[in-house]
Amino acid sequence: MTAADFSILLPEVLLALFSMTVLLLGVYGGQDRLASLVNTLCVAALLLAALLIGMGEGAARSAFGEMFLDDAFARFAKVVLLLAAAAVLLMSRPYMERRGLLRFEYPVLVVLAVVGMMVMVSAGDLMVLYMGLELQSLALYVVASLRRDSLRSTEAGLKYFVLGALSSGLLLFGASLIYGFSGTTLFSGILSAAGEERLPPGLLIGLVLMMSGLAFKVSAVPFHMWTPDVYEGSPSAVTAFFATAPKVAAMALLARLLFEAFGAAGADWSQVLALLSVASMFVGALAAIGQRDIKRLMAYSSIAHMGFALMGLAAGSALGVQAMLVYMAIYVTMNIGTFAFILSMERDGRAVSDISSLHMLSRGAPLKALAMLVLLFSLAGVPPLVGFFGKFYVLKAALEAGLGWLALAGVIASVIGAFYYLRLVYFMYFGQEGEGLDRAMAPAQRALLLGAAAAMLLGVINLFGVDGAAATAALALVE
Amino acid sequence: MATVLILAPLVGAIIAGFGWRIIGERAAQWVSTGLLFLSAVLSWIIFLTLDPAGGAEQIRLLRWVESGTLVTDWSIRMDRLTSIMLIVVTTVSSLVHLYSFGYMADDDHFGEGYRYRARFFAYLSFFTFAMLTLVTADNLLQMFFGWEGVGVASYLLIGFYFRKPSANAAAIKAFVVNRVGDFGFALGIFGLFWMVDSIRLDDIFAAAPRLAETELHFLWREWNAANLLAFLLFIGAMGKSAQLFLHTWLPDAMEGPTPVSALIHAATMVTAGVFLVVRMSPLFEYAPEAKMIVAYIGAATAFFAATVGLVQNDIKRVIAYSTCSQLGYMFVAAGVGAYPVAMFHLLTHAFFKAMLFLGAGSVIHAMHHEQDMRAYGGLRRKIPLTFWAMLIGTLAITGVGIPLTTIGFAGFQSKDAIIESAYASGIGFAFWPLVIAAAFTSFYSWRLMFMTFWGAPRGDAHAHEHAHESPPSMLAPLGVLALGAVFAGMLWYGPFFGSHEKVNAFFGIEAHAAAGEGAGSVEAGESGHAAGEGAGSVEAGESGHAAGGIAPRGAIFMGPENDILDAAHEVPKWVKLSPFVAMLIGLFTAWLFYIRRPDLPGRLAGNQRPLYLFLLNKWYFDEIYDALILRPTLRLGRFLWRFGDGRIIDGALNGIAMGIVPLLTRGYARLQSGYLFHYAFAMVIGVAVLIAWLMLSGGAG
Repeated sequence: MTAADFSILLPEVLLALFSMTVLLLGVYGGQDRLASLVNTLCVAALLLAALLIGMGEGAARSAFGEMFLDDAFARFAKVVLLLAAAAVLLMSRPYMERRGLLRFEYPVLVVLAVVGMMVMVSAGDLMVLYMGLELQSLALYVVASLRRDSLRSTEAGLKYFVLGALSSGLLLFGASLIYGFSGTTLFSGILSAAGEERLPPGLLIGLVLMMSGLAFKVSAVPFHMWTPDVYEGSPSAVTAFFATAPKVAAMALLARLLFEAFGAAGADWSQVLALLSVASMFVGALAAIGQRDIKRLMAYSSIAHMGFALMGLAAGSALGVQAMLVYMAIYVTMNIGTFAFILSMERDGRAVSDISSLHMLSRGAPLKALAMLVLLFSLAGVPPLVGFFGKFYVLKAALEAGLGWLALAGVIASVIGAFYYLRLVYFMYFGQEGEGLDRAMAPAQRALLLGAAAAMLLGVINLFGVDGAAATAALALVE
Repeated sequence: MATVLILAPLVGAIIAGFGWRIIGERAAQWVSTGLLFLSAVLSWIIFLTLDPAGGAEQIRLLRWVESGTLVTDWSIRMDRLTSIMLIVVTTVSSLVHLYSFGYMADDDHFGEGYRYRARFFAYLSFFTFAMLTLVTADNLLQMFFGWEGVGVASYLLIGFYFRKPSANAAAIKAFVVNRVGDFGFALGIFGLFWMVDSIRLDDIFAAAPRLAETELHFLWREWNAANLLAFLLFIGAMGKSAQLFLHTWLPDAMEGPTPVSALIHAATMVTAGVFLVVRMSPLFEYAPEAKMIVAYIGAATAFFAATVGLVQNDIKRVIAYSTCSQLGYMFVAAGVGAYPVAMFHLLTHAFFKAMLFLGAGSVIHAMHHEQDMRAYGGLRRKIPLTFWAMLIGTLAITGVGIPLTTIGFAGFQSKDAIIESAYASGIGFAFWPLVIAAAFTSFYSWRLMFMTFWGAPRGDAHAHEHAHESPPSMLAPLGVLALGAVFAGMLWYGPFFGSHEKVNAFFGIEAHAAAGEGAGSVEAGESGHAAGEGAGSVEAGESGHAAGGIAPRGAIFMGPENDILDAAHEVPKWVKLSPFVAMLIGLFTAWLFYIRRPDLPGRLAGNQRPLYLFLLNKWYFDEIYDALILRPTLRLGRFLWRFGDGRIIDGALNGIAMGIVPLLTRGYARLQSGYLFHYAFAMVIGVAVLIAWLMLSGGAG
């Protein structure tokens, strides 16, 4: 426990201290009257942390005896999730304010969850992993049921909590098996204990259990069933958060665990991931077709997207990790844009989420409709938008890793999945005359919607350099 | 200068095509015509001042395509061959532009108030631009661009009367038949690139001797590379130049306005095939079998088209078959290695054939767009100027002149030169059909004249009463072309078919084997390569070897053993007389049939009904293609569409998309019950399945 160790943890420590400070400020200052200010402060803090980490160059470092790792991979993931969290807080303020939901605890909880995620992606030890995971999860359980007077919101929170507890149980069971068979909780220790031989059954079962627990967090099939209910029941702003930052963190953690602790057993976990991936892609694509609620639809959409990201991971190569990171960054951007729109969906001042309310949006709000069109096409993976390149990267990685069948399944699933995205476009441009939506949109939401759409178009040129950064990050992990 | 020359028509086309709404139709017509005349003047300046001794001049315009080892510039290759084509194309084109002022003045194919003139001129100018790129090409890609450009322009112009279903059908036919040829051409280009790793003409020419010694696997066997590639290029030429088997589009193309027929389907575009073969002469010289095929196909076309021309009644169709036949002549010349002669006939033919077409257009214009010659007769006095023009054209095409001298109409020199070359080549199949075709040519040309301008007026009396001479804008081009039809042959006999030195100097050819002056007989060709005199032999020997590495310098390359031109001058007297005699026979028969005994043709047709029908139906080519290719293709297409595409592909997709997917979606919706224990159960099952999967698949070792 030296100062050097803490200097490596500095962003996390600072954020944690910050969140406690604003919590005190909220409690003793003025309760919810300060919520708006707290929200702004939190956005600023998150952006600052992203800046701090993004600027921080240098070789990989570790603290507390390799329990906490700070390398290019962790930095990449942290920057993405910090920016995502900041964007979500930014666009959720108008939404929360209009519904009287903007309590000062909300931004604080989000920041705490982010701290948990940052710990997750930096974890180099099973204990640290669990600590980060639980810090994140506890915060998320609470924000899911933020709307205490709503039956659906509380139901969502409760479901998430119970199933989350189950997944934590699986994870812990797996962790204890691993510890039992390897005698250590350090990833590097597990790696050397496992050796070059095939994994002993105990380690293997432990690995599968841990993967199942993490698969719950990324909502991969068949551990996904909470997703639609929680997405639908939670306030939309919370849903937006669920759909973005935690997914990045859990995906990065999964990659971290698999490569750092079980790098030698790639052939084993690759099979499991491929199975999860193909199931996620197809369930996500097929189930979304039947949805009438845009939040449920986005839930299935994110399940399908996680399938694609897992495909990159399943490749088990540096290219695969790079593809996964690029895919996640693109996915997060698309989702922020889409949720900025969903947050603004109102009719006569009341939030609506039925997809039929999109009918003929192009007439009432042509610019919004155009931005959504770009985003939906990108989500569907239509070239030349950026979403296509995300898919292209993972498919290429899978193909080069000899997982041709998986890539083929991915292509088929994305064709099926295109249907529901295109249906939304159809509603917006060729639908029937409906009641329509209110035109008003908060500036922050509008900016994020248009910004995300523009990024989908302009990113074609060089992906804003994200792929280069992702390549560095992937090398840091796989080497 | 060359750049301006080529781009002027493009500018004209753009201004006329897109700008006429701003500057008005009249101005658009003037702009495009004016720019074309500018091109023509520049072409003549280039032609007259060209110094062929320095080899081909290359003017690089821009870097065009760069992909791997394929590097292609857009550059102009300026040598004698190019300059000949330039004057042909721009002269005829500018005259046709002028002519179109009168011819297209009022057209009842379009509804009232529809303005089509600027569009017509834009197409004409665009065509000219594409043709100029074709002839100035320095590499095969550029040539292919021009090749396809003229194809597009031809398509647009044949289908210019887009309200007429037959015009549209003809346009499509022209396009599709040309695709067959273009496929061969494209394959040839690919093949050349594959073998030579370059599509620059110079590189290909330099590599030609090597190609002649290379074998190339294609389809089912090994071929000689030079022969195969030359043949593939020739397939392209066959399509564009309407040679036998790919000729069916040309007569139908007469659906287009008559100025178009004159410009595209007589004087310029259809000669592109001949130009291609001559341009690629360094390759063809090393491909004797391919040359043989060229000569055979050419001779067969010349004969076939002439026979069909005998019995056609549509004035434009007669001339169309005549064109087809004359193109056959040119290919024979190219096929036997007498490239200058082919170019000579190309040049003279451009003049007199354009003139015949424009004259026919004038007749049609006078007769209110009646094209059936059976409705003509006695027009000599109604439209005297047109009559004279047509008469000159006919004298030129039938080859009237004073035998054994070089005095005569344009066709006299060039056609006789081809026939002599054909005889000198020793290929009987190239010689005899041409002589017979010459008689037929004379017959159908005079038949056209007699039916149109002599005899009693037939058909609609009203039309005959109102027959009127065409406006000056239509007559002036006829006058200019008449000059060409009369004098072109005499003027350029020397450079194209004169003595060895003259031809060499004209085309900038370094030297090729000359038959010894003393060796009188045709057989002297055998010893020709050895019998060269003085410096000639040394240089001949050098060029023979040098060809291994460097491209030949001249616009045309003739192999060291190619002495066809000299041999052609030495043919027996009866050979030189034969085309003239054939012409007289044709003239006499035509006179007998249509002036002296007008009842004779009908009786003959009655007597020889099968033969008559055979010719009238153009040897049943269309019908055979219809039965052999068209219908099976349509049937196959319908099968693939209805069964393959409709039932299997659409059926499978629709079945999956509308049958299975909703089923899965509904089934899944039932799983997503909302009950917490169901969800937890799914997770536990998932874990169990994953562990079982890993254990059973041997993960545990």
